Amino acid sequence: MARKDFLDIVSLDREEIIHLLDQAVPFKELFTRSVKKVPALKGKTVLMLFYEPSTRTLSSFEVAAKRLSADVTIFDVPHSSVTKGESVRDTIDTLQAMRADYIVVRHQLAGQPAAIARQTGASVINAGDGAHAHPTQGLLDAFTFREVCPEMAGRKVVIMGDVLHSRVARSTSTILDKLGVEVAFCGPGSLVPRTRFKRFTNYEEAMKWGPDVVYLLRVQKERMDQSFFPSDREYHNVYGITEERLKRIAGEGIYVMHPGPINRGVELCDGVLDYERCLISRQVENGIAARMSVLYDLKPQVS
Amino acid sequence: MSLALNQSAIATAVSRLADQIFQAAGHETIDLVGIRSRGDEVAERVAAELRGKGAQVRFGVLDISLYRDDLAHLSSNPKLQSSEIDFPIDESRVILVDDVLFTGRTIRAAFDALFDYGRPRVVELAVLIDRGHRELPISPTYVGEYLQTARLDHVVVSLEKTDGKDAVEIISKQ
Repeated sequence: MARKDFLDIVSLDREEIIHLLDQAVPFKELFTRSVKKVPALKGKTVLMLFYEPSTRTLSSFEVAAKRLSADVTIFDVPHSSVTKGESVRDTIDTLQAMRADYIVVRHQLAGQPAAIARQTGASVINAGDGAHAHPTQGLLDAFTFREVCPEMAGRKVVIMGDVLHSRVARSTSTILDKLGVEVAFCGPGSLVPRTRFKRFTNYEEAMKWGPDVVYLLRVQKERMDQSFFPSDREYHNVYGITEERLKRIAGEGIYVMHPGPINRGVELCDGVLDYERCLISRQVENGIAARMSVLYDLKPQVS
Repeated sequence: MSLALNQSAIATAVSRLADQIFQAAGHETIDLVGIRSRGDEVAERVAAELRGKGAQVRFGVLDISLYRDDLAHLSSNPKLQSSEIDFPIDESRVILVDDVLFTGRTIRAAFDALFDYGRPRVVELAVLIDRGHRELPISPTYVGEYLQTARLDHVVVSLEKTDGKDAVEIISKQ
């Protein structure tokens, strides 16, 4: 029996993860055909419900759903009645009447997608909720990592930046851990929680650990003033990939990943984007395949 | 459960397919596209025999899962595999190959899948077994063996590479 919803990585077992990753491979192969579309979700409706602004994730889901031949409706929250005070619950009732088969939700509150999933027979996909989870990001990251390190187990990934507030860090570290990858966090002491993963507060020490991938988290500019980070330039010098550091990374053949959107001159210097082992644009492409794999796998319980 | 075709009967059916295809092809390159799963293994065997006869053969594999008409009714979707057609099919004569022809729905899906790769000049159909009970107006061009079955019978094809043995069995549902 297939799942109805896709809400987090924690509740997936290793087999399910491998299944979703394996299934993303034939979807990615479609992208090189002249016809990139398949009819698997013909006649189904996918509703995008984004309470937080997002261009990349929204577009990625939209492309994924359209390549599966679903009809896509974007429920434009900032301009909707939600801003007039309508509760999420009432919004969902309204959307129910539109008979969506799949609802892709992003919300600033952790747990909101799960609450919606309980309220509807439609399949709900979490596209990011607060600092809780961003499971399709985790899946696409694992997929991208597996492409360059197929055996995965025993390989090392260091996740760099504001780990504490990052749902990407949570989902990506969880999925990599389930696949046997060694994960470490690195960032300012106040922003790296103590978990069972290795913890660094110093960039150089993290690199001495010998990672196969440096995963840069986006600096959330809105947090900049909250005295977490002193300034763009200082962050760049302490935790960013500078031109100088890039030489060492290239020398050691380390891969660079980033969930986007990037801040040039903060998490990374321009040179990283031309570096042959920079996987950032590949992550974008793989995101569509990973999301197609999830959409194809879920079974809505609507009549 | 009764054994309908043993290993040698399957080999005979494969040879019969290869003979018919070879005779119809003239000197043309033969493009075989096997439908996963097991149609690919049948196509592989036919391709080997055709090459033995000196024919030029190109070989591809098609997974039609995403084109099935019953996806919405399944409790979980079939596991996807890769499709691999590495030659241009525009203007070519493509022979689809499957293990069993039954309702015709798989072939309907295969047409849609194939046409997303290009526009063949001619499409033909080769099946190891035709067991009847079509639900769509589809008929095979080449047949290895005909089997008399009841509508509810289950025909189980096992092939060496996929299943570890060669056998065609019929499970009757009374």
